[in-house]
Amino acid sequence: MNNLIVLPMVLPLLTGVFIVFFKSYIQVQRWGTFILLLVNVGISVIILRQIQIDGIISIDFGGWAAPFGILFVADSFAALLVLTTNIVSAICVLYAMPTIGKRRETFYFYPFVNFLVAGVNGSFLTGDIFNLFVTFEVMLLASYALITLGGTRLQLKESLKYIAINVVSSSLFLIAIAYLYGTLGTLNMAHLSMRIAESGQTPLLTVISLLFLIVFSLKSGLLLYQWLPGSYSTPPTAIAALFGALLTKVGIYALFRTFTLLFYHEQQITHTLIAIMAGVTLIGGCIGAIAYNNIRQIVAYNVVIAVGFILVGLAIMNTTAIEGAIYYLVHDMIVKALLFLLAGTMIYLTKSEKLDEMSGLIRNYPSLGWMFFITVLSLTGIPPLSGFIGKVLLGQGAIVAESYILLLLSFMSGFVVLYSLLRIFMSCFWGETIISEEEETPLSKKVIFPSAILVVLTFALGFGAESIAPYVQDAAYTLTNPSVYINAILPD
Amino acid sequence: MKINEVILQSVSKIVVFIILTLALYLFFAGHNAPGGGFIGGLVLASSFVLMLLAFDIETVKKGIPVDFKLVAASGALIVLLSGLGATILGEPFLSQSFAYFDLPFYGEVELTTVTIFETGVALAVVGVVVTIILSISEDV
Repeated sequence: MNNLIVLPMVLPLLTGVFIVFFKSYIQVQRWGTFILLLVNVGISVIILRQIQIDGIISIDFGGWAAPFGILFVADSFAALLVLTTNIVSAICVLYAMPTIGKRRETFYFYPFVNFLVAGVNGSFLTGDIFNLFVTFEVMLLASYALITLGGTRLQLKESLKYIAINVVSSSLFLIAIAYLYGTLGTLNMAHLSMRIAESGQTPLLTVISLLFLIVFSLKSGLLLYQWLPGSYSTPPTAIAALFGALLTKVGIYALFRTFTLLFYHEQQITHTLIAIMAGVTLIGGCIGAIAYNNIRQIVAYNVVIAVGFILVGLAIMNTTAIEGAIYYLVHDMIVKALLFLLAGTMIYLTKSEKLDEMSGLIRNYPSLGWMFFITVLSLTGIPPLSGFIGKVLLGQGAIVAESYILLLLSFMSGFVVLYSLLRIFMSCFWGETIISEEEETPLSKKVIFPSAILVVLTFALGFGAESIAPYVQDAAYTLTNPSVYINAILPD
Repeated sequence: MKINEVILQSVSKIVVFIILTLALYLFFAGHNAPGGGFIGGLVLASSFVLMLLAFDIETVKKGIPVDFKLVAASGALIVLLSGLGATILGEPFLSQSFAYFDLPFYGEVELTTVTIFETGVALAVVGVVVTIILSISEDV
């Protein structure tokens, strides 16, 4: 028993509710949220270190023992993601303070961010598949509110699609859980895994697993990503960055959890399907990233490419590839937030989203230009930045597993990412400066500072890859050996 | 044409109290029998809705001058704090306990910490439902 691991979910809820009482005291809301997220970062570090000493930590709510009660489970994979989530959200909140606007701030922006973080952290930590549904809903409800907050015309148009697609996928999720419960009579993930291993993954269970695959693909944007570029490109930058960095990652996490812990027996069917879907996602994302002239759309399609790339790791399913996928997942949360923030800042400065309406920004805003360049390199996977190590490990895994098509597709996608972002870089930062010094919007330090922290983080993650290696290795080991997880929850 | 609402208004004045009594009964029946904070809260909210239907929003707001968003928030706060209370005593999150007390006049009574949790749930439900109804009706 360790109450520490409920805190990453409960503290944001508590803060979110608490600051509702301070509607007109914006400073309390801002700094309350920010300090809470810092506290959460500290707690996740403690959890992560403790897992290395004691193994997987779990807590049964109200003392009701597993598999009867509900529980939270923290393994290295979950704890790493919780840590990254809190860091990224703290930085997004820092960016939101000067940019989001007073109207949104007084309309409960910060409480909703807190609830979103609570839902994301809860999804990573829960050890019960119905609870996963509940925490997903907490996250989604907060995201519905955030995506419509402000109520501009375009936002309402896109949020309608976003809500519709998520309501459909949530109901499918519920149906899938009902099937699973009807077949196996339990919802505790460790218990489910044990029972599936005992009975063998029968055709019926494989069909149910495909239903889960559809649900989580909708949430993470694997193959079924058509809703994503629209809804991620309409809300204000800080919110879009939170969405781009966190929301699809929760779907990816759920895919990893279910297809390594529960449905890993029929890999010719399920994992082949994931491989095909990841491949098509990579191709589709690449086409989208090249096709558009709108910066927000290009950035949103880059999210799709990353989803395909990370799931290649799951499709290959050996320890090296999964390690690579985990590295890349952590890297992608940080760098996607950075990319969204920088793109948002460019749009804020030039008041345009079109590539051909910006030019020569590097003379006006040199720091912004260089940061964008570093982001491009990091996303492409140039050493020593953080994208490198994930790509290398994933490539190694693919070669060991002899899946050369996936290898080719995932590395080709790297070139497309490079091309699509260099296109933004060249057309917006190079060329003739069209904004004179008198006309340029001043770039305040408050706006650029959060991006600078993220740039430092991508360097730190690249240089310090060795220092987080034990955590990533432990995470990959737990994912590839379900018995470790099961034994931690159900000792006998 | 002004609609005559005398009958609706005089009936509601009495019915509201019946509803409130039922809500309280359901609330306390909660943890061992059908009922509880959620259902109790819904019934409680329905009494507010009835008042809003029979009278207008201004009258009800004058009679009950509370911000229902804050009611919902305080409910959620109570729920979370009652869950966290257990962790301070070294028990797992959300642990509950109960004991029997001999109160004068009532005799032996079972007092539970789950009632605190349920109070939070009820407040949250009332706050949310009334806020939804009010914001829809203000739109029209």
